[in-house]
Amino acid sequence: MEVFPRTSSRRLDKAVESFMVWVLRAGGWASVLVTFGIVITLVTESWPFFREVPLIRLFQDTMWTPLFAQPQYGIGALLAGTLVTTGVALLVAIPLGTILAIYLSEFAEPKFRDWVKPMLELLSAVPTVVYGYFALLTLTPILQKIFPDLPQFSMLSAGLMMGVMIVPYVTSLGEDAMRSVPMLLREGAFALGDGKLGVGLRVVFPGAFSGLAAAYVLAISRAVGETMIVAIAAGLQPKMTMNPLESAATVTAFIVQVSLGDLPHGSIGYQSIFAAGAALFLMTLGFNLAGHALRRRFHRAT
Amino acid sequence: MQPEQLQKHQEGRARRRRAIDRNFRRLGFFLTLSTLGILGILMLNLAMNGLARIDWQFMSSFPSRRAGEAGILSAWVGTLLLMLVTASAAIPFGVAAGIYLEEYAPKNRWTDFVEINIANLAGVPSILYGLMALGLFVYQFRFGQSLLSGGLALGCLVLPIVIVATRESLRTIPSGIREAAFALGATRWQAVWHHLLPYSTGGIATGVILAMSRAIGESAPLITIGALTFIAFLPPAPLISHAPFVSVDWLFSPFTALPIQMFNWVSRPGEEFQSNAAAAGLILMVITLSMNAAAILLRRRAQRNITW
Amino acid sequence: MSISPENARQAIPESDASESKALPKVQIRGVNFFYGSHQVLRNVSMDVPALKVTALIGPSGCGKTTLLRCLNRMHDLYPGNRYEGSIQVQPDGTDILRSDMDPIQVRMRFGMVFQKPNPFPKSIYENVAYGLRLQGMNRRRDLDERVEKALREAALWEEVKSRLHQMAHNLSGGQQQRLCIARAIATDPDVVLFDEPTSALDPIATSKIEELIVELKKRVTVMIVTHNLQQAGRISDMTAFMYLGELVEFGETNRMFTNPTKPQTEDYISGRFG
Repeated sequence: MEVFPRTSSRRLDKAVESFMVWVLRAGGWASVLVTFGIVITLVTESWPFFREVPLIRLFQDTMWTPLFAQPQYGIGALLAGTLVTTGVALLVAIPLGTILAIYLSEFAEPKFRDWVKPMLELLSAVPTVVYGYFALLTLTPILQKIFPDLPQFSMLSAGLMMGVMIVPYVTSLGEDAMRSVPMLLREGAFALGDGKLGVGLRVVFPGAFSGLAAAYVLAISRAVGETMIVAIAAGLQPKMTMNPLESAATVTAFIVQVSLGDLPHGSIGYQSIFAAGAALFLMTLGFNLAGHALRRRFHRAT
Repeated sequence: MQPEQLQKHQEGRARRRRAIDRNFRRLGFFLTLSTLGILGILMLNLAMNGLARIDWQFMSSFPSRRAGEAGILSAWVGTLLLMLVTASAAIPFGVAAGIYLEEYAPKNRWTDFVEINIANLAGVPSILYGLMALGLFVYQFRFGQSLLSGGLALGCLVLPIVIVATRESLRTIPSGIREAAFALGATRWQAVWHHLLPYSTGGIATGVILAMSRAIGESAPLITIGALTFIAFLPPAPLISHAPFVSVDWLFSPFTALPIQMFNWVSRPGEEFQSNAAAAGLILMVITLSMNAAAILLRRRAQRNITW
Repeated sequence: MSISPENARQAIPESDASESKALPKVQIRGVNFFYGSHQVLRNVSMDVPALKVTALIGPSGCGKTTLLRCLNRMHDLYPGNRYEGSIQVQPDGTDILRSDMDPIQVRMRFGMVFQKPNPFPKSIYENVAYGLRLQGMNRRRDLDERVEKALREAALWEEVKSRLHQMAHNLSGGQQQRLCIARAIATDPDVVLFDEPTSALDPIATSKIEELIVELKKRVTVMIVTHNLQQAGRISDMTAFMYLGELVEFGETNRMFTNPTKPQTEDYISGRFG
């Protein structure tokens, strides 16, 4: 009778297993290391900036000109730019995205939906320089016909383009959330004599709310972090204004502007972009964590 | 009893509800087509302004102050080499991390933390990856403003995409397969290597294609690390004619990339530079859209082929 | 004068109420139902009497729930379904299976309570008011009145009257189901359809709902699908036994259970199969 040579090959298997576990775990650590790298770099490189510039000046100064001979550190100018462009983008993306999500989830034929969803996602796959090009060279002239005083660079143009780019974030995640609402809930409303839109707005929308909220929050995060569209179409000069018909720089555009010039290691310009980056990281971290928590709450509820 | 008035009343309300549904359906359809139409308009716009510019001269020339003589040679070579570095960084680590998290990691607070971490990384603005690369790779590790720094920056950027795609495709495999393998005495790695990975290659490939497509279109991190826009030379070749036949000098060379070149041309006034930008943009769009389309088709095929 | 369900109902003269009892409430004639090419109901005909509880019983897959859902055109919500035959609602004789009949309008005449409680993610009050608002009632006073009436009829008022504006999902399973009943009867439907309403509930909640149904039939016609033969025996006046899509036997509950005519009915009731 043959005896399987089990022990020796088994030992090899076990060795391979331990080795592979080690390799794979290293991979798992990679993502942690990346976050670590980002945080450490932002902290260490911006530390000198925050040590020199008292925090109060960030809020008191009215302009953001850290590279001038008489520097001003009013980060409000940059935040205004980010706020307005994000606001315009959301004014487009949230209503449009939500309507599309309701339409795709409650009205559209499954085959139609299967093709449309990936195509909508293509909108968010377009390289952002291309969007910037389009915003500056095609959208702005069109907008200038409506607003004759619109300058070449404007937060309106950049914001509208960003809004289009962000629509898939709202629609895709929103539609997923709505489709997970169980049919039984809808049937209760239909049985009372409601129509599709009524059921969609009165039962499905509230039922999917934390999932939709997660989608909105992640869209906000994406808008806040966008760089190229605003750098190209909204301008690179920080300006403290809430008027979308003006040009202004966002936090991200400022980083681009300084990077385009000379950046000796350790110079004030170098430190200031890390300071801006730190501010940006904190903002988007807040939104991302909120979005993640909302998504978890939604999955637990359904 | 159903008196006439009540019936009329209900009929009226029912009719109104139907009309509302009909109108919303029309609105939704119109908005869907319009939104998708924007994509079409974009492509058309780029093609109208830039298609004529694309010719052999354009593809084989360096950038120049004279718009008519400028080309994207250094840009597309740079993009190619950059993708080599990005892929080498993101794919092994991403797939390994995905396998580890899905098949090996115990369900504890640490794993939870890692998952939250990955979700957060996916939402970190791309320019922050550039800042990290600037501080860490360019200066701390002294890689300089080079292809290596840029490739690693992009690799970190797309790492979460690969991880999530790997996990998702492993997740679709029913647990019965794993249990069958274990019951026959396989180690966990053997189960992964022999049974799980073969079924998930479709999903992983989809994720990799999407990741690379994303990386090709990114410009913010590269600008931050100082990828210059006027590079009138090519990095040294990776393959050389004498032993050891492979050189790593190219990794430390300055570089430019397609989206950077487009950005540079967009910023220059004048119609000629604009058509250069449109041409570069058209090439970028064609590359990105076809990669995405390939990924979508691959995903469909993978889903259809395997029935459990 | 503006039309509201409230003043429309006041137009019913008292004397007609007793005469309507003689006419069956719902006349089902030759109904076939197809899911795609698969036939689920075969030539089902029966007269559902007014103001009585009619139970539909039978083994899994016999078509009883499918038949119930034909009455309020629920199958219209899903693609691939086809009706044949007629279902007339008296006293007006409207055939609700006609293809030009608006399902939304049909559903306003029927109330439905589902197997699993499905309250909306809204307050208790808003759940009950939903159907009323759909039919045009929006004056606060009218709504308050009707909501309270419905909750009383569903034996839930005392338990929730102090927390009407809290979210419905905070209620227990049995309470949620009674809320769903209140929601269904608030609009004064002609017929209330119950689809295995107590299968997800504990015995105490079940008996509360059974009591409720017996009370309800004084005001509305009830049809109930149930897996539980004892339940059918307890609360129904008429019973329909279905098997493989056909109506095998239909008659008074007492007689059906003690002296069924068809052998299949007897086999099912005595538990020889099920």
